[in-house]
Amino acid sequence: MNADELIRALAADTPPQASSLNRSIAQAMMIGVVCALALFFATIGPRPGLASAIHDPRVILKFLTTLSLVIAAGGLLLRTIRPGAGRGWWAIALLLPALLIALGAIVELNAFPREMWGARLVGRFAPFCLVCVPLLSAPILAALLFVLRQGAPIRPGLAGAVAGLLAGGAGAFIYAAHCPDDSPLFLMTWYSLSIALVTLVGSLIGRRILRW
Amino acid sequence: MELALLMRAANSGDGAAYEGFLKALLPVLRGFARRAVARVGANIDAEDIVQETLIAIHLKRQTWIDTQPIEPWIRAIVRHKAIDALRRRGHRVHLPVEDFENLLATEPLTPDDAHRDIERHLPHLPERQRDVIRSIAIEGRSIGDTARQFAMTEGAVRVALHRGVASLAAILRGET
Repeated sequence: MNADELIRALAADTPPQASSLNRSIAQAMMIGVVCALALFFATIGPRPGLASAIHDPRVILKFLTTLSLVIAAGGLLLRTIRPGAGRGWWAIALLLPALLIALGAIVELNAFPREMWGARLVGRFAPFCLVCVPLLSAPILAALLFVLRQGAPIRPGLAGAVAGLLAGGAGAFIYAAHCPDDSPLFLMTWYSLSIALVTLVGSLIGRRILRW
Repeated sequence: MELALLMRAANSGDGAAYEGFLKALLPVLRGFARRAVARVGANIDAEDIVQETLIAIHLKRQTWIDTQPIEPWIRAIVRHKAIDALRRRGHRVHLPVEDFENLLATEPLTPDDAHRDIERHLPHLPERQRDVIRSIAIEGRSIGDTARQFAMTEGAVRVALHRGVASLAAILRGET
C-alpha cells in the first residue's frame, strides 16, 4: 500500500463529524464534577454554617483562588491539546491564583501576631485536606484524561499536568465548602500541596496515555 | 494552495474535498520527511514518516479549529511525527523550527521511492479490518462495493475501516 492508496482509505474513513473536542471536554468536566459532588455530599458534605461563613473574606478567597485556577487551567488545556495553537495569555493567567494567595497570606501575616502564624498555617485538618482534595479531584481527572485521548498534545506529560491542575482546582473548590481551616496560610500550604499532587499524577498518566 | 478551504469543505462532509486535501498535502509531507531524514543522517525510509503523518493528520483532524489558519497546525503535527518516528528508531533528534517555516511552500517532489509498502503491516491487523482496508485502499472499491463483497452492512464496513486505520497507527507507533 503506497501513500496514494493510504489516502484512498483515509478519505473513505469520514464518519459523520464527531462532536467537537471542546464540547467533549466540557461534557467530561461536567460528568467528573457531578461525580465529585455526589462523593462530597455522600461523605463529608458542606461545613455547618457555610451560609454565614461565606461572608468571611478568607472563605471567599478559598473559592476565588480555586475558581481562578480552574478557569486558567481550563483555557490552557484547550490550547495544549491542539498542535500549533499558541498558549496565549493562559499560561500567564495561571499566576492569578498564586497572586491571590500571596496577597491573602500577606494580609493574614499582618493580622496575626508572629506566635500564631504556625498554628494558622498548620490548621486543624491538614492531613485530611491532603487526602480529600485528591479524592474529590480523581473522578474529574479520570473523565478529562479519558476524552483528552482524542486530542493531540505535542507534550503529553504537560497536557496531563494541566488536566491535573484543572481537576485539582475543581476538587479543591468543592473541598473548600467543607474545609473549616480558613487561613490563607493554610490555603497556601495544604491546598497547593494537594493540587500539586493531582498535577503530578495527571502528568505521569498523561505521559503514558496521551501519546499519539 | 487552499488547504484550509479544502479541509473546511471536508469537515462539512465533502469526501472529495478531503481526498483533495490529503493529496495536496502529500508532496509537502514528502519534502519535509526527506529533509528531516537527511538532517539526522538516518538510514530510514522517509515514506514511513510520510504515511505515519498522514494517518496522524487524519485521526486528529478535529483538533484543528476551522476559523484558525491551518498551516501552523499542519507544521506542528509534521514536526511532532517526524521527531517521534526518528526517535523511536534510536536517533537523537533536533529539528530546528526553521525547517518548518516554508513547509507549505515546498516544491512538489517526484515520488521516486514513494512505493514504500506499509502493506507489510496489514497482516498484523484483525482479518475484517485487513480485508476492508485492502479492498478500499488497494483495490479501490467504494464502501458500498466493499460491503457487498464481504456481505457486510455499510455501517460495519465503516467501523472496520475506522478501526483498521486506528490499528495501523498503533502498529506504526510500535505499540503492538
